[in-house]
Amino acid sequence: MRMPLLALLAKEPAHGYELKTQLEQIFGEAYPSPNIGQIYVTLQRLERDGLVRSQDVVQATRPNKRVYELTAAGREALASWVDRPSEGPRIRDDFFMKLVLSQSAGSTDRMGLLNRQRRHYLGQMRGLSSLAASATKPIERLLIEGAMLHLQADLDWLQRCQEELL
Amino acid sequence: MTAAQPDGTAGGAGTGADGAGRDGGAVGDGGVGRDGGVGRDGGVVGAGGRSLLQARGLAKTFRGDGHGVPAVRGIDLQLSHGEFVAVTGPSGSGKSTLLHMLGGLEPPTSGEIWLDGRRVDGLSQAQWAVLRRRHIGFVFQFFNLVTNMTVADNVELAALMGGQNRRQARQRRVELLTELGLAGKADAAPSRLSGGEQQRVALARALANRPSLLLADEPTGNLDSAASRIVLRLIDHAHAEGQAILLVTHDARIAAAADRVISLFDGMIADDAVLAEPARTPDMVPSVLRLSG
Repeated sequence: MRMPLLALLAKEPAHGYELKTQLEQIFGEAYPSPNIGQIYVTLQRLERDGLVRSQDVVQATRPNKRVYELTAAGREALASWVDRPSEGPRIRDDFFMKLVLSQSAGSTDRMGLLNRQRRHYLGQMRGLSSLAASATKPIERLLIEGAMLHLQADLDWLQRCQEELL
Repeated sequence: MTAAQPDGTAGGAGTGADGAGRDGGAVGDGGVGRDGGVGRDGGVVGAGGRSLLQARGLAKTFRGDGHGVPAVRGIDLQLSHGEFVAVTGPSGSGKSTLLHMLGGLEPPTSGEIWLDGRRVDGLSQAQWAVLRRRHIGFVFQFFNLVTNMTVADNVELAALMGGQNRRQARQRRVELLTELGLAGKADAAPSRLSGGEQQRVALARALANRPSLLLADEPTGNLDSAASRIVLRLIDHAHAEGQAILLVTHDARIAAAADRVISLFDGMIADDAVLAEPARTPDMVPSVLRLSG
């Protein structure tokens, strides 16, 4: 999650907990809420790589907080990330490996394999539908809809595997 | 044979009744493997789990050039009152043929169809027409609206033929067209509507009577995703009102809303899966949603 943190810091300096809150506010339930430890570790690595710098801010009634801001190198890394096309999600090769190699692995029941995988995807689709029903932000809905479209493609592809291999 | 055996355990994450349905389908010879099994049919049942629709050994062979082409090759299925079942499968797997036989549009070559305890596979076309008017709503892949009547009249006619009076038919029409976002098109001719809008009118017509059974062939086949959501909402609504639904679909969002998903392959049932209640645990959220990078 290096780049999302850099993107948030490009707007204004922040400390770790603020970044966590901002991520939650932007993405809602669509992303599992990031763990604060993970955010601190990522910030330390970004600092080690020279993409952010930090300073302790003294607070009167509380422990000091460490505020991070973007460096010029960080701004550059962020811009090149934004400008670069992203890889799409890769084909689910683990299942395909299973399907192709199931016979040599000792299973002759390819239909069963396909059926179980279909059930799994349908179960996920059901989970996403229920998530979509409670999504309130357009950002959340878009992300969930994207995941649904991917699942639809996975299901269509299972059907193609069935037609070709059975 | 008709008694469902509710086992109450739909299983976890879409894996309910693993194996049983598949074996039943693979046997495909009259339901021995199916009903004697683990009560797959009982996972999710409607009011009391009474059987509304039942097919036994249903088969259809079309005559090709000199030899028969089997489209459906021995299907047993049972649909309870109020149950929502989706049928999926590759094209040519027999989905539409199955649906047409169950709606009386295509006579089976062999096998039996029972509707609400009555054997119906031998009925005449006229008798089937009465049955459809009163008890079965049918949505075709290609809408089949009456072209020289308005949208409103298409829907109201179905309600009138189902036995409602004028006032009731009108009220039902307004209700359905409003829910489908088509209230403004009531006075238009079907030909003035987009394909997606016509498909929604066809659904309104099929539901005009609150039929105990709705049969639908790709009801979202021509729709964009916003219109699909509207249709899905209406189907969910009909399901919640206790109508049984059997629909053929490629749309996984629709299939995932069903109580059961039957997968056809090569004219037979390859899988019959009872879907579990949606789990909201983090690992139910597909990996596409996880932060990465």
